[in-house]
Amino acid sequence: MATLPASVRTLAADARVRTPWSEFWRKFKRQKVALVAGAFVVLLVVVAIAAPWIVPYDAENYFDYDALNARPSLAHWFGVDALGRDIFSRILMGARISLAAGFLSVAVGAIIGTLLGLLAGYREGWWDRAIMRLCDVLFAFPGILLAIGIVAILGGGMANVIVAVAVFSIPTFARLVRGNTLALKHLTYIEAARSLGASGRTIVFRHIFPGTISAVVVYFSLRIGTSIITAASLSFLGMGAQPPTPEWGAMLDAARSDMLTAPHEAIFPALAIFLTVLAFNLLGDGLRDALDPKIERR
Amino acid sequence: MVQYIVKRLLGLLPTLLIVGLLVFLFVHLLPGDPARLAAGPDANPETVELVRKDLGLDRPLPAQFVRFVNGVLHWDFGRSLRTKRPVSEEIGERFMPTFWLTVWSMAWSVVFGMVIGVLSAVWRNRWPDRLGMTLAVSGISFPAFALGMVLMQVFSVQLGWLPTVGNDTWRHYLLPSLTLGAAVAAIMARFTRSSFVDILGEDYIRTARAKGLDEPHVVVKHGMRNALIPVVTMMGLQFGFLLGGSIVVEKVFNWPGLGRLLVDAVDMRDYPVIQALVLLFSLEFILINLIVDVLYGLINPTIRYR
Repeated sequence: MATLPASVRTLAADARVRTPWSEFWRKFKRQKVALVAGAFVVLLVVVAIAAPWIVPYDAENYFDYDALNARPSLAHWFGVDALGRDIFSRILMGARISLAAGFLSVAVGAIIGTLLGLLAGYREGWWDRAIMRLCDVLFAFPGILLAIGIVAILGGGMANVIVAVAVFSIPTFARLVRGNTLALKHLTYIEAARSLGASGRTIVFRHIFPGTISAVVVYFSLRIGTSIITAASLSFLGMGAQPPTPEWGAMLDAARSDMLTAPHEAIFPALAIFLTVLAFNLLGDGLRDALDPKIERR
Repeated sequence: MVQYIVKRLLGLLPTLLIVGLLVFLFVHLLPGDPARLAAGPDANPETVELVRKDLGLDRPLPAQFVRFVNGVLHWDFGRSLRTKRPVSEEIGERFMPTFWLTVWSMAWSVVFGMVIGVLSAVWRNRWPDRLGMTLAVSGISFPAFALGMVLMQVFSVQLGWLPTVGNDTWRHYLLPSLTLGAAVAAIMARFTRSSFVDILGEDYIRTARAKGLDEPHVVVKHGMRNALIPVVTMMGLQFGFLLGGSIVVEKVFNWPGLGRLLVDAVDMRDYPVIQALVLLFSLEFILINLIVDVLYGLINPTIRYR
């Protein structure tokens, strides 16, 4: 190394430092909004995990009958609902439910969808047609309708809502991953792996799958926002979480009858959903800009 | 063109058949005996058997499916378990309010979405863009039911400008359609912006500017038509979102439409109504996507169908 000029040495050092991770971080940290959103998501996750220990009152079984519908105060930061329960405590416990519902449903949808997409894209032919036909059918039910149909079969409750929203996410991931797989599998490095005698399984999971991860991660984040809204919508329609569960959508539904006298009962759950979903969407946008090579020079 | 449409219609048949099969099987996937559900909780075993015969539930599944498809083709979905009236009548009464609600929402969202998208693209990375995109990301993050409640609180309750529930005049349509359209407008704005940003970087736009055309002319005449192509596709996809969203918005505004009919039907386990509505919503969605595909060919001369 000593014989090389200094400039070449720093170049070599630079090249060594540029792992995909550092490259991602270099681009991601430039996006202040996404950084703030990411920090907020981390905070939400911490609050959701710690909620049972940090809530000032029991979210379901504490009733302050002297302060029914009371406005926000020092004792009750977000006020009290029509049954005398502390809204702040219910919002914190609700974060647990909404985040779990959003994360679990998208995780299940992403795993199944990714596997189907890899299979369809790698095998092509019969498998591809069958899987894409399945996606067409799932896509033929507009929006939340598929989830409502599934809940109508399985019955209400948060667990069934998660299943319904997961099914709703499968076709999106399957199509995305299939497209990427089709594009990747004709690249030279895949051919090289095959000519070395790698099995189909090795090629798919060791060589093609890593190439699809960045797209899946971006969709994952954007999808969590949609899923939280869908789950809350189902609860709002009375098909999801049942009272007294402090789910944000269900809280809004309950607040409808008191909108005239106690609007704060609706405002805080609405804000909670909005800020949570906003954070995931901004984070997803930031991830996309950092991971998509096409956006390099925008 | 006609040939293309026929080909697309034929291509839809398998999807339609599977959707129909799923909707048909829905009754058999429900927990419990459909005949007992239909007969009511107080019916004695003899009545349940009678109902089973009457609905054809005692016959083999394929025969039942043929009967179901035949019914659908004749616009016969059976009778509602709750009101005992034909489902087709129930749906007929509720169809128009939902139809107009979705049409108005689509109109709002196309106008707002495209204007915000184009302005953001033209003034990229300056304040109109930042404002527009902040609005847009807020729009996709605010759930429709919360937005509806907020709008109703402000404009109907506090200011008293607009009515809260009902669907008699155009004033009744204002808040529900804005609520339903907000998220779609936001998605359209983001999509229009990125599509327009790509177009404005093209060579022919530079040529148009170089030959001395004024900027509005360049944007509207040369940019718009090309930027519209992906936006129109997006519109079709978003119609499904509107159809689904109407279910939630109708509950907020107590709208006498199909969405509320569906929510009530799920509540009461009124399965003939659920079946018919799920089928109808999907059918509408599939048809709209077909129409969008045809429109696509009309505005994009490079894709002329064989």
